[in-house]
Amino acid sequence: MAGYRGVLAFIETAEGKVTSTGREMLGVGRLLADALGETLDALLVGSDIEGVGRDVFSFGADRVFLVSDSLLAKYHPDLYTIAVSDACKQILPSIFLLPQDDVGRDIAPRVAAKLEIGLATDCIDLAIDPDTRLLLQTRRVYGGNATEVLVSRNAFPQLVTVKPRAMAQAKTDSNKQGEIITISVKLDASMARSKLLETVKEEIKGIKLEDAKVVVAGGRGIGGPEGFTLIHELAEVLGGAVGASRAPCDEGWVPTSYKIGQTGKVVTPDLYIAIGISGALQHTVGSLGSRCIVAINNDPEAKIFGVSDFKLVADYRDALPALINKYKEIISS
Amino acid sequence: MNIIVCIKQIMDPEIPTGKFKIDPEANRVIPSEGIPPVINPFDAQAIEVALRLKEANGANVTAITVGGQDVEDVVRYAISMGVDEGILVSDEAFKALNSFVTAFILSRAISRIGQYDLILCGRQAADRDAGHVGLMLGEMLNLPIITMAKAVTLSSDKFRVEHVITEGYQVYEVGMPALITISDEIGPPRRPSGWGVIAAAMGKEIPTWSAQDIGVNLSDVDIKSVRSETIRLFIPDSRRKGEVIQGNNVAEASANLMARLRADGII
Ligand SMILES: Cc1cc2nc3c(=O)[nH]c(=O)nc-3n(C[C@H](O)[C@H](O)[C@H](O)COP(=O)(O)OP(=O)(O)OC[C@H]3O[C@@H](n4cnc5c(N)ncnc54)[C@H](O)[C@@H]3O)c2cc1C
Ligand SMILES: Nc1ncnc2c1ncn2[C@@H]1O[C@H](COP(=O)(O)O)[C@@H](O)[C@H]1O
Repeated sequence: MAGYRGVLAFIETAEGKVTSTGREMLGVGRLLADALGETLDALLVGSDIEGVGRDVFSFGADRVFLVSDSLLAKYHPDLYTIAVSDACKQILPSIFLLPQDDVGRDIAPRVAAKLEIGLATDCIDLAIDPDTRLLLQTRRVYGGNATEVLVSRNAFPQLVTVKPRAMAQAKTDSNKQGEIITISVKLDASMARSKLLETVKEEIKGIKLEDAKVVVAGGRGIGGPEGFTLIHELAEVLGGAVGASRAPCDEGWVPTSYKIGQTGKVVTPDLYIAIGISGALQHTVGSLGSRCIVAINNDPEAKIFGVSDFKLVADYRDALPALINKYKEIISS
Repeated sequence: MNIIVCIKQIMDPEIPTGKFKIDPEANRVIPSEGIPPVINPFDAQAIEVALRLKEANGANVTAITVGGQDVEDVVRYAISMGVDEGILVSDEAFKALNSFVTAFILSRAISRIGQYDLILCGRQAADRDAGHVGLMLGEMLNLPIITMAKAVTLSSDKFRVEHVITEGYQVYEVGMPALITISDEIGPPRRPSGWGVIAAAMGKEIPTWSAQDIGVNLSDVDIKSVRSETIRLFIPDSRRKGEVIQGNNVAEASANLMARLRADGII
C-alpha cells in the first residue's frame, strides 16, 4: 500500500538491554525487511532509553525510533497504547511487529482498533509472499488443532504479534550503526484511566521456566502437592525447572505461573519431561519446540506418547526415584 | 450496578483430535456431528465473576452474544447459570464475523442497552484464540480496560482487579464504567443450577436485535470485514517418532531412559 514502508518492531528492554523476545523480533524482522528490500526499524518506548539504541543496532536494526517520556517509565496500558499508536501513525511502516507477551497482548488489539487495521495475534511464522509482497501471518487456531495463514490486503500497517520462542534470535553484529530518531507524543497523566496499585511477583525457586534447558512438568496424574516434591527433586538434579499442565494449577498444587500451554508459558528446552500429563493439545502446544520430549505415563494409550521422542509406560512414583538414582550414578562416574 | 457479559458460542475446544475436521477448500472447520457447541470457557468464567459481584454488591447482569440464530442456546446457558437477562444480536448480514465486526456490532448493541457500569469479556475465544474483541470493544466505547483478570472486587465504586502477568500479577484500581477481560486463573465457573435450567427453558423469550435495531449500517460492516483474511487453513503434524523405552521392570526401564538421554547428548 502506497506510503507505508519498512518493518517496524516494538522492542522491549530490561536493565538497558534488548530482551530475548526483542531479539527474536529483530531476527524475523530482518528477514522480512530483506525480503522486501526495505528498512528494519525498532520502536522503543520508555523513559531514559536513549542509551539502549546502540544495543538495538547490534541486532540488525537500521533505525531506532524513541518515544521517551517520564510517564512511560513503567508500563501502563492506556499510555502505552497511545504512545505506540501515535508513533506508528508518524512512522507509517508496512509491517508492524509486537511481541505476544504481557505488553503486546495488552495493547495490540487496542492499537488495531485505534488505527482501524487488521491484526493477527500470536504468530508462529511470518514470511513475505513474493508475488503480492504481503505479509503471510501464520498462527495456531482451535487450541492447536489447526493452523491458519492470514493476509491483510486493505489495511496497513500489517499488524501482528509474535509468539515468544517461535522465531530465531537475531545474530549480533557489533559494528552495525544506525540512526536514532526521537518521536514526540503528547501524553499527560490524566490519560491513564486506571491506577497500578502493586505488582506481586510469584517467587519461583531456581531457574526461570522459560530459560531452563531441562523442564520437568507434572500433570493431574501426580495426584497432589506431595507428588510434586519428587518432580522438583528430578528437576533439581537435572539442573532444570518445574512446570505443570493446567490441572495442578487449577487444583492449587502449584502456582499458576507454572502453567505451560496455550494459555500458559511456551518452553523450548533441550529436554521436556511430561509426567502424568495426558497430552491435550492445549498443553502440548506449549512445549512443541523442545528438542527432545520424554513422556512418562501409566496409560500406554496416553495421547502424550504421540508427540514424544521417548515413551516410558510407568507409574511416576516408581520411575522418578530410578531416574534420579541413575542420573546421580552417571554424573559421579 | 449493571454488568454486561459478552459471550460466544464455540465448537467444543476439548473435542478429540480425531474428530476435528476441516474443509481446506473453504478454509473452514466442519462442525463435528454429535459434539454440541459450548459456551467459550473463558466467557463462562466471566459470567462467574459477574455473579460473584452481584452476590457481593447487588447487580443486574445481562449476557449478550452476536451470531446466527443458532447461538440462542448460549444465552439460555448464561441464564441457567444465573444471569438476569440475555440478548441475542443476530442478522443475516453478520456473515463474516471477524474481531472487528464483532466488536463494532457489540459496541452498537451495548450503546442501545445504555446504562452500564462494567463490561466483562473472556480473555479470548477458544476457537480462533484471538483475544481481540474485548480490547477492541473497550477502545470503541472509550472505556478503561484491564485484561487477564484473575480476581475482581468492588469497593467504594472502584474495581480492584488482579491482572495476570508472566511473573505473577498486578493489582489495578479502575472506576466505573470499565471493561475487564477474564482469564482462566479465576477458577472453574459454577454449573447451571436445577432451578436455573428450568428458568432458562421456561423463561421469557430472548430478545433478538437485528442490524437495523442497533443502527448498524451494513456497508460499514462490509468495509471492516476485509481487514484480515484467512487464505489457508490446515491441520499441522506435530507427531514424533515415539520410541518405547524397554526394561524388565520400571526401575530398569527408567535407568535405560536416563542412560539413553545421556548417550544422545541431551543431558
Ligand atoms: C480453552 C482451553 C485452554 C487450555 N489451556 C491449557 C494450557 O494452557 N495448559 C494446559 O496444560 N492445559 C490447558 N487446558 C486444559 C487441557 O485441555 C487439559 O484439560 C489439561 O491439560 C489436562 O491436564 P493433565 O494432562 O494434567 O490431566 P489429565 O488429562 O487428567 O491427565 C492425567 C494423566 O496422568 C496419567 N496418570 C495418572 N496417574 C499416573 C501415575 N501414577 N503415573 C503416571 N501417570 C499417571 C493418566 O494416565 C493421564 O494421562 C486448556 C483447556 C481449554 C479448554
Ligand atoms: N460473537 C461474539 N458475541 C459476544 N461476545 C463475543 C463474541 N466474540 C467474542 N466475544 C467476546 O470477546 C472475547 C474475546 O474473543 P476473541 O477476540 O474472538 O478471542 C470473548 O471471550 C467474548 O467475551
